Amino acid sequence: MEMTQYLDIFIEESKEHLQSINQQVLLLEKTPGELSIVNEIFRSAHTLKGMSATMGYEDLANLTHCMENVLDAIRNNKLDVSSSVLDVLFASLDHLEAMVVEISEGGSGKRDVAETVKELEALEKGEVPRSMQVEANKEAGSLQDYDQYEKQIIIQSKEQGFHAYELSISLREDCILKAARVYMVFEVIEQIGEIIKTLPAVDMLETEQFGTHFTLSILTKESAGNVKERILKVSEVDAVEVIDIKADQLNISSNSEREENDKLEQLEVSPQDKKSEVQQTSNAGSSGKTIRVNIERLDQLMNLFEELVIDRGRLEEISKSLKSMELNETVERMSRVSGDLQNIILTMRMVPVEQVFNRFPRMIRGLAKDLGKKVNLEIVGAETELDRTVIDEIGDPLVHLLRNSIDHGIENPGVRSSKGKNETGTIYLRAFHSGNHVFIEIQDDGAGINKQKVLSKAIENGILTKEMSENLTDTQCFELLFASGFSTADVVSDISGRGVGLDVVKNKIESLGGSITVDSTEGSGTIFSIQLPLTLSIMSVMLVEISREKYAIPLSSIIETAIIRKEEILSAHNQKVIDFRGKVVPLVNMKDIFEVPGSTGSGQHVPVVVVRKGDKMAALVVDSFIGQQEIVLKSLGQYLTSVFAISGATILGDGQVALILDCNALIK
Amino acid sequence: MMNEEKVIIFQLKDEEYAVPVQHVKSIERMQPITRIPRTVSFVKGVINLRGVVTPIIDLRSRFEIEEVSHTDTTRIIIVSVGTIEAGLIVDAANDVIDLDKESIEPPPEVVGGVDAEYIQGVAKIEKRLLILLDLVKVLNPEKLDVQPTKESIH
Repeated sequence: MEMTQYLDIFIEESKEHLQSINQQVLLLEKTPGELSIVNEIFRSAHTLKGMSATMGYEDLANLTHCMENVLDAIRNNKLDVSSSVLDVLFASLDHLEAMVVEISEGGSGKRDVAETVKELEALEKGEVPRSMQVEANKEAGSLQDYDQYEKQIIIQSKEQGFHAYELSISLREDCILKAARVYMVFEVIEQIGEIIKTLPAVDMLETEQFGTHFTLSILTKESAGNVKERILKVSEVDAVEVIDIKADQLNISSNSEREENDKLEQLEVSPQDKKSEVQQTSNAGSSGKTIRVNIERLDQLMNLFEELVIDRGRLEEISKSLKSMELNETVERMSRVSGDLQNIILTMRMVPVEQVFNRFPRMIRGLAKDLGKKVNLEIVGAETELDRTVIDEIGDPLVHLLRNSIDHGIENPGVRSSKGKNETGTIYLRAFHSGNHVFIEIQDDGAGINKQKVLSKAIENGILTKEMSENLTDTQCFELLFASGFSTADVVSDISGRGVGLDVVKNKIESLGGSITVDSTEGSGTIFSIQLPLTLSIMSVMLVEISREKYAIPLSSIIETAIIRKEEILSAHNQKVIDFRGKVVPLVNMKDIFEVPGSTGSGQHVPVVVVRKGDKMAALVVDSFIGQQEIVLKSLGQYLTSVFAISGATILGDGQVALILDCNALIK
Repeated sequence: MMNEEKVIIFQLKDEEYAVPVQHVKSIERMQPITRIPRTVSFVKGVINLRGVVTPIIDLRSRFEIEEVSHTDTTRIIIVSVGTIEAGLIVDAANDVIDLDKESIEPPPEVVGGVDAEYIQGVAKIEKRLLILLDLVKVLNPEKLDVQPTKESIH
């Protein structure tokens, strides 16, 4: 069957399901007893299995199938949610993710998952995965877990006069062909009886995936002593311990099993309820129905709409000059409708930052484990919405900053407790709206930034001279972190400090029209604060005129506009300044900066726009204010990439292009 | 047939130039250009080309031929090379012809004052001499690297 047309949908949905499984497994780790979470994971895994089987990705389906079995066992209380179970689940998720990524890159989605499948199978059988086996062996001697079917067999066999034994067999440490010895033991037992269960599983025994110790459960008519003797005849078998499996032991547990079954039935009696619950939860996730739309189509829609806005501007001008009541009314109504339309189109492109944040808890968990640190990630404001294009780009910088926080920020548990801090470090990841911007903050309660270390490193790397370093403020000092070629980690680690430093993060964020700042208190933590535009495509600006040219100044950087008298302009160190609300603010003559042709106005009053960058300000001298307007941001194209103090362009109502000022470049 | 290439022919001062038609997106009449401050002199600014902000290069200025005021025949040829899209101001856009690739010769040292660097070759068709432009070099953005002439405030 032709499946390619469904491939995109498959990939998208698989990613969503994986994301949701990831999240739920993390939740499960925090609340292991919560069966509703297991159900949630089970549902996602089940859907994923169905989808991948339909699409013909067998490895994917296979692995999800095994996961599903394990989840089922957890759901039926046959298996406890232990850290080893979670580790295997996470490992499977990693495989699944890798496969989906491969498929999305045009691959076949094939991957060697045998190992993980085995571990899952082992888990499902109530066994401890191989990695945990050594510990498990110490506890050997206690009875294995038997499932309903096995118990049934044991009980029935006992009734027919068979003995049920659990054999703990140890091979000699120097045994070379372990699989062969296992085979020989099996041979011996099969002569006298039947093997009903092995630990580890048979295939693991055959591939020598065990230490020197394994356990068999057998049914035989021979006596315990006899069995032991026969097995000891196999060479290189060190010791055999035989435990009789008592029927009453089984009965007790099979009773509890029965209870569980009852419980299960109860659950299944009311599928209707369950279904409605499912619907409720999915409703909570996303209100109403959704469809998938290619972002390109939205871009096209936006472009067409921009054209419409430009024409609307023309219509407004025409209707003004014609002074026709009817035309006026129609145009006004059209303006209102198109305003609403604009809002809808813009919000269509907005997605919650959750999409990016979702993958972080998992990452933090892994990193913390690798580094032997204890870290708790607190996410606040995941529902904050951002333009899709920003969302796509912001992931990598955030990953970088989070890695940074764990690697350089949060101290080892030992160090933390000796400092009187909670052993578990906390990283806050916050997102919130403020005006036309979205802020994302990453705050840790770690060691903070060592100023001296930063300074000496900066001097060492030639970013700064010793003299310059002496009168730097804290902020300036921290800014050095973003200088290119700077990395304070003494040891280059796998996690961060691979030479690509925070400068890359800064560049990325600035290319998105945002900014990043850092603040830190030594000993108590660091906070990185990222400011991002709400959307890349629309912004509010103040249009001003300089001679006959029109420029747009982003409202976000304007403090206020003012008209000052010529006498108010003062001079300090050859720099014209004004006194603005008690502060001395330098005056920037835009006509000079932009080399605008035409004579300087000779009026007594000078219109200025006071703009800021951080806590620095400047007053831009213009000729006149036109007014505030919502504009569509356009790039200048690939040809003009680095124009001084211009961040882009926009098309005005009359079809003309106006340039957008980059105030950050004007204030140094 | 494979050896023929469609080219757009335009005029600059007294010479005729040619660019391959697949690089030409459209030919526009002269329209108001928004000046871009502090960029090289041959970049005249940007125009609104059906919703796309497109940079405009004055080819006369680019080739260091004296600039003249625009006339009725002045055209903007919108070209695209790779990811770069730009408009070239030319004196007139005359013709589209099929050019036999074999008639193209390597550029002589100096043709009409234009540096041989920007020329792919010349072709003689009947009595006309066509200069084939190397658009990649003409649109090389590295030529745009200019130092800001004035320091902003500190």
